[in-house]
Amino acid sequence: MSALIEARSLVRRFGGVIALDGLDLVAAPNEIIGLIGPNGSGKTTFFNVVTGIYDADAGNVMFDGGDITNAAPRKVYRAGISRTFQRSRLSLPLSIFDNIMIGNHKRLSQGLWFNLIRRADFKREFEENYAAARALVDVFEPQLADRMFDPVAGLPMIDRRRIEICRALISAPKLLLLDEPSAGMTHEETAELMDEILLVRERNKGLTIIIVEHEMSVIERITDRCIVLNFGRKIAEGPYREVAANAQVQEAYLGTA
Amino acid sequence: MNGSEPAPKRAGWWPGAIALAVATSYVIALLGSEKQNVIIALLIVGIFAAGGLGVLGLLDAVSRSFAEHEDYMGIGAIIAALTVAAWFHENHFVLLLVITVLLYTVATLGLNIQFGYAGVLNFAGASFFGIGAYTSAELNPTGVPHLLVLLIGGLLAALIGSILLLPVLRTRGHYAAVVTIAFALLFKTFLEVNDVLGGPQGMQVKGMTLFGWSFNDNIELGSITLSFYLSYFALALVLLIVSFVLVQRLERSWIGLNLDALRLDETAAGCFGLDIARWKITAFLIGNFLIGIAGALFASVGGFVGPNNYTFADSLILVSILLLGGIGNPWGLLVGAFIVVVVPEKLQTIQEYRFLLYALLVIGVLLFRPEGLLPRPVRRYFPGWRA
Repeated sequence: MSALIEARSLVRRFGGVIALDGLDLVAAPNEIIGLIGPNGSGKTTFFNVVTGIYDADAGNVMFDGGDITNAAPRKVYRAGISRTFQRSRLSLPLSIFDNIMIGNHKRLSQGLWFNLIRRADFKREFEENYAAARALVDVFEPQLADRMFDPVAGLPMIDRRRIEICRALISAPKLLLLDEPSAGMTHEETAELMDEILLVRERNKGLTIIIVEHEMSVIERITDRCIVLNFGRKIAEGPYREVAANAQVQEAYLGTA
Repeated sequence: MNGSEPAPKRAGWWPGAIALAVATSYVIALLGSEKQNVIIALLIVGIFAAGGLGVLGLLDAVSRSFAEHEDYMGIGAIIAALTVAAWFHENHFVLLLVITVLLYTVATLGLNIQFGYAGVLNFAGASFFGIGAYTSAELNPTGVPHLLVLLIGGLLAALIGSILLLPVLRTRGHYAAVVTIAFALLFKTFLEVNDVLGGPQGMQVKGMTLFGWSFNDNIELGSITLSFYLSYFALALVLLIVSFVLVQRLERSWIGLNLDALRLDETAAGCFGLDIARWKITAFLIGNFLIGIAGALFASVGGFVGPNNYTFADSLILVSILLLGGIGNPWGLLVGAFIVVVVPEKLQTIQEYRFLLYALLVIGVLLFRPEGLLPRPVRRYFPGWRA
């Protein structure tokens, strides 16, 4: 099967620190890949380079047949990549619905005339999107679906994560980048959220996921394949069990005995 | 509606209607009083009444009622404005004050799009108001239809404002604010040294004429004489209604959502496809357009423009209306504009201390009610809409 995303020899430096040191990463459609490694090994940097928040110093990224190396974040999004953030980046004063619609930007009509004057058409579009957002939230947590116009600020962390993931999924991306979805949650909450993510994926075949995670039970449970980073380099690749048994990986996590 | 869902309780229309009626009577009483002690008493009563109602939770009932029955409340507010105008139909001074409130509200609606929604600070509001005003001063005596002059005033404000686009896009927060402050200072100096624009003395502005109807003549209806300001009042009211509705629709659209998203988190917004520059520019231009139109009409009403009317201090007054009334809430701007415009005019004793008063008011609001007197509610795209 041909690759959906293919990063070749990616390099990213911050001053003297080399955050990504010639990283190669390939993901096929419908794959779930775990990106793991110690703190500072370049996982989030990889996400930020792919999504255009940082430019790569060398290397390139091909996605779905096009070159997205150093493309602006909004072009990367339009090409079909959505992400969540390590530290939740929802707009807290806005409602659940608003936050999810931020993720649907490319499918909403943006003309001034449409938005201000053609209110009947706007209403139709609004109602369609409301139904879609509600249906998506309903997969995660039916109780949230009844509170679409409540501000996000009052919600607990697990609900915020759910909304962040809904925001990333509403535009039906081809690739979803999850940056530590379990951060700030309990084991039980994390397990619940992962069930929901798998459920969503059941419904959208073909969605590829790359997940950065420190919670190894999550990685073990949901990933098809793992890539282990250390100091910006790939040190191991393969199914979780294989990778976890790898001596180099154990050394990276635990240090030499 | 789906029958199985619990029917949410709808707020009644009457708290809003009563509040509107009480507010109208209060406004008429305040505007009609001349004696300083009566005015002070009214203000104290007003402050305590508002505070007391707030503590009792009645203000929330009022705002919910407004939110649920907005169309009726809007019509009610128009009737209230017409009532005030009818009450003072021969009182030039009061009508001028009311027009000032209406036009300052239009201008702050523009600022509100910029700062309240897009998060672009603009401390040159009075300059853009002035651009509109000078447009009227220059074009009213020519053959250009006066409604068109208003439009040109707005367009010129937006056009000249685009000089600031590059610095505003490249800087954030306080730094962008400093750029607009610099513009405000430069603008005043520019007016002072420019003889074509009347120099430091300023210039007269010819009154408006609309379809042969001169706005600067009193209106005789049989034995009743109506102040010529009523024509301006009518036009200012129409301008306010149109811009109010447009700003509200803007907020309740994907564009309003875009502006909020980029204000709250530019990085996240960019990751979801938002063209940050495009929407900041849109907000800045539309905002200045509204401010410019308001300024153009205001100059025709006042009959005079001069550099000292459009200083940095005047920009601060516009910003204080925004902070006071409630950032992002058009209704709040109306309340804020009323307080900021009317109170110092009626309280002649504090005229010289009015900046002190603004400062205290704004500090008080920021400390005790940081979202303004009427905080912005969570966006409902269609009020009263239920799935």
